[in-house]
Amino acid sequence: MSALLDIEDLEVTFGRTAAVRGASLRVEKGETHCLVGESGCGKSVTALAMMNLLARGGHRSARRMTFAGIDLLSLPDRAMARIRGNRMSMIFQEPMTSLNPAYTVGSQMAEVLTRHKGASRAAALDRAVELMGRVGITAPQMRLGQFPHQLSGGLRQRVMIAMALMCDPELLVADEPTTALDVTVQAQILRLLASLKREFGLSILLITHDLGIVARVADRVSVMYAGEVVERAPAAELFRAPQHPYTRGLLSCVPVPGRVRRDRPLGSIPGTVPAIAPGFAGCAFRSRCAHAIEVCEHDIPRRPAGGAHDYLCQLLPRERAEPQPA
Amino acid sequence: MLRLIVRRLALGVLVAFTVMTLAFMLTRLSGDLAISIAGPQATAADVEIVRKAYGLDRPLYVQFFTWVGRAAVGDFGQSYFFKDSVASLIARRMPITLTLGLVGLSLALIISIPLGILAAIRENTWLDRAVTMFTMVGQAVPSFWLALILMIVLGLHLGVLPISGTGTWQHFVMPGIVLAFTAIPALTRLTRSGMIEAMASDYIRTARAKGLSRARIIFKHALRNAAIPVVSIAAVQLGFMLGGSIVIETVFALHGVGYLGWESIAKNDFPVVQAVVLVLAAIYIGLTLLADILNALLDPRLRAG
Repeated sequence: MSALLDIEDLEVTFGRTAAVRGASLRVEKGETHCLVGESGCGKSVTALAMMNLLARGGHRSARRMTFAGIDLLSLPDRAMARIRGNRMSMIFQEPMTSLNPAYTVGSQMAEVLTRHKGASRAAALDRAVELMGRVGITAPQMRLGQFPHQLSGGLRQRVMIAMALMCDPELLVADEPTTALDVTVQAQILRLLASLKREFGLSILLITHDLGIVARVADRVSVMYAGEVVERAPAAELFRAPQHPYTRGLLSCVPVPGRVRRDRPLGSIPGTVPAIAPGFAGCAFRSRCAHAIEVCEHDIPRRPAGGAHDYLCQLLPRERAEPQPA
Repeated sequence: MLRLIVRRLALGVLVAFTVMTLAFMLTRLSGDLAISIAGPQATAADVEIVRKAYGLDRPLYVQFFTWVGRAAVGDFGQSYFFKDSVASLIARRMPITLTLGLVGLSLALIISIPLGILAAIRENTWLDRAVTMFTMVGQAVPSFWLALILMIVLGLHLGVLPISGTGTWQHFVMPGIVLAFTAIPALTRLTRSGMIEAMASDYIRTARAKGLSRARIIFKHALRNAAIPVVSIAAVQLGFMLGGSIVIETVFALHGVGYLGWESIAKNDFPVVQAVVLVLAAIYIGLTLLADILNALLDPRLRAG
């Protein structure tokens, strides 16, 4: 079965800076796929490149990039606009500023349906009310006439989600949808996404840096580092047996009740994501990796780790036998 | 919304009163009115007669409140020079100034808004740089020079437009163009920077993610937010066009309110000066209120007052 979204060797550059360097990503139908990594590792840029929403000056290329069998690379802008908001939609990290302050919630939601499905305004507003109810917005009829500044951050993100669902998309890209919200609202939004996935058969590409979220919602995980996908695995498998030193480092940074020993410091990864100069070769993590050796400066093979699990590392598991992560 | 209008109106009345006080005081400060009205040949006795006749012998505050009270009902007194009521003088000149101002503003908006949008969506291309160059040159050109060049080219050489006077609508084309040029550079740059800011905003990214057409993104989602500073400045510019077009009214021999004000200052015709200042202030106040209302219609966040 072919994947709903299949990206192979995506490269995104802004001038001479490479933001994404050969990232490969497959999102299957009906799965929640988490794209994980530190700030600046290229998660959002990967999603924006796929949606053809890169900011000015961004340039993308890839060996393959298909969505439901459609080649996104050769698709003209107008045809892509017909897919965006319709068959794939996106919600963002900034619920406070992502809605247009000058128009009512109803008008902004309705225009998606009138644009893509040729629906009448009245039908579109009915659909907006229905979806607002589905995403847990109280008094949806009243919300139609309200402006974004009259809603809280959690409500605005729900409006964004409802708006993204207007045309029954196959894929929802959620870029850190809960980062700007407080913890209780965060939990509500995550539960909502999980139930929408079940109800609508939606595939979700969830971008996050929060491994707690990954553990709760992900079916599969891709870990990104410095513009590359360094490890891909089913979620349970990734948490059980992380292979890449970066993934292991990330996991050691998260306290797990019952497993963390209070007398040992919580793990951390020294340093920050390096800027990658053009012509860089080898493993981008080697400057922060405790096991780096000379071979890490050469091209790194993708190693299988059983089933759908693989990772980018030169070292064999026994070569990086390390002290038990704290 | 109503609260906003009421508050701005109250503020406007306060501003108008301040302007009246200032206009009154400044004209009194500029010398003895009785002497200048009586003329250079007048004897001391003549001056005293004039002083009594015009009520200038009364205490200042009595004169002031008498004037304010009459002005409130539209009676600005008699012109010393024109031998006509000030109200009818202004009423006769106002249509010329209004026509000129509206023609100027319309031309300015028709040219600067599309130009600003074009420059913004083609940011950092040759087109954007050409627009920036045009606005800089436009800012630097003095209006009397542009007026003379237009007169020579369009009036004398091509003979397509009349050079001076107010007879037909064609008479307002050239002065309108010159007046528009005083506003085009600022309005173009404001539109451009507002559009650039809007196009880089999160809600435009959302609009693109929704798959909306480019035209709808630019004209519906971005322009409405970019228009707010443009509306505010356009209102001020129109006020300036109505009050400050003395040079253009003089060059094209259009006898509007600006020209009247200038004439009466030169002739010490103080009732007219005070009234012109007050009318222009009232126009500014009205335009600012109009801009506030328009902006509140454009951006719901401004409706709270």
